[in-house]
Amino acid sequence: MRKEKIDKTPARLDFLQSFTGLILALFITGHIMFEASILISNEMMYKVTIMFEGYYFFGEKYPGIISFLAAAISVIFVIHAGIAMKKIPSSYRNYKVIKNHIQGMKHEDSSLWMVQVITGFMMFFMGSVHLYIMMSQPSDIGPFASSSRVVDEFMGPLYFMLLISVVSHAFIGLYRLAMKWGFMEGKNTKVSRARFKFLMKAMIAIYIVVGLSSLAKYTYIGMTHDFSDGVKYKSQTIKMENH
Amino acid sequence: MSESKKQRVLKISILRFDPHDPEDFPHMETFEVEEADGMTLFIALNEIREHHDNSLKFDFVCRAGICGSCSMLVNGRPTLACRTLTAKLDEKFTLAPLPLFELIGDLSVYTGKWMRGLNERLETWIHDKEEELNVDKLEEKMEPALADEIYELDRCVECGCCVAGCGTAKMNPYFVGAVGLNKIARYQLDPRDKRSDDDYYELVGNEDGVFGCMTLLGCEDVCPKDLPLQSKIAYLRRMMLKNTL
Repeated sequence: MRKEKIDKTPARLDFLQSFTGLILALFITGHIMFEASILISNEMMYKVTIMFEGYYFFGEKYPGIISFLAAAISVIFVIHAGIAMKKIPSSYRNYKVIKNHIQGMKHEDSSLWMVQVITGFMMFFMGSVHLYIMMSQPSDIGPFASSSRVVDEFMGPLYFMLLISVVSHAFIGLYRLAMKWGFMEGKNTKVSRARFKFLMKAMIAIYIVVGLSSLAKYTYIGMTHDFSDGVKYKSQTIKMENH
Repeated sequence: MSESKKQRVLKISILRFDPHDPEDFPHMETFEVEEADGMTLFIALNEIREHHDNSLKFDFVCRAGICGSCSMLVNGRPTLACRTLTAKLDEKFTLAPLPLFELIGDLSVYTGKWMRGLNERLETWIHDKEEELNVDKLEEKMEPALADEIYELDRCVECGCCVAGCGTAKMNPYFVGAVGLNKIARYQLDPRDKRSDDDYYELVGNEDGVFGCMTLLGCEDVCPKDLPLQSKIAYLRRMMLKNTL
């Protein structure tokens, strides 16, 4: 029956798209929550920042760790985007076909896929800007530095659009991953699917509320704080030797 | 139920077109039909053909959701007309032929031709690798649970709803659709089929097969036979991936 060796690439690409997406989605769930530490206090956000800079492990801050993390996420981001491009309608004919299909069907999961295409496309650009800034200016993260970036460097509008698109994309993506690979599939798959979908919607709502609240707090600090001393935060409890 | 309950008058808009008539062009035509208790679209369409327009083309054989002939788009969604109660629909609704399949005329499409092509391409029959057919040989025994599982997937009637409800199939005309993937899952389960996992991979381990599926789940949600399509496609995807490790 079979004469030639099978081409394993399609399977590997499909898996790699799912796997990179899973890593990015999990990363985002942590990222937005850590960032929301500003809602507790400036001091808390500062502690989270220096934790990622390695302070609690090495006794000193190494912002290079942030650069390295941002670079690693960038690589995964590019791989994910590159493979996912196969799925984006690349001709007007195909775009029209899928748009008519989705409008005619009035089917939630088909529409969710279109949301993925649109939010994914938005992130090609907005995600890249954000990642590059994190790579190039890793030491400018903190209660005041980040607030200054949001307000004085006009990153607020970009963060707002990025938040909406990344949260939708990540949780719709996680739901679709579960459907795609049959993850934690119950005996009655219709029930487990409905549960996953509920979880997806709940998480989108929670993360958008949390994300918008922290963005509002950064904006508030950025507008009210006096930056004449610079953007560095001076902790009341942690004394840096080199500062 | 009260005796005096007034029956609704259904306004059924049908997409009409005869591709064999060079003068004709696709257009909507609306018919008014008085609703009856327990009316299905099958009954409503026969009313139209009997009392309004005897040239209306549509397909029916079993009237009981077994033959898969009467699939059509009801308000844009593929389903079987014989299993659709008009009571579940609004007073006004639209009917259109299934897309992607060859149009015979009005609501009648040639799904059989497409399905035959699919079955030949995926070789949806038992491959036992025996040179000669021995009709006297006893068939190997099978666990009842496995037989049930295979039978469950064998309930597919090839109505074409999953293909018409699939965004991937719309964009890629070579995509095998849920009907094709379901059949591969069915034969892969069957111990009588001696094809190897590599053989199955050769058939659907590409972007016209399981790795083209974008998990829009239209198939799962429109299948009139409630086949576990999402679950079986996920199973095939895992199996195909495992085969490349």
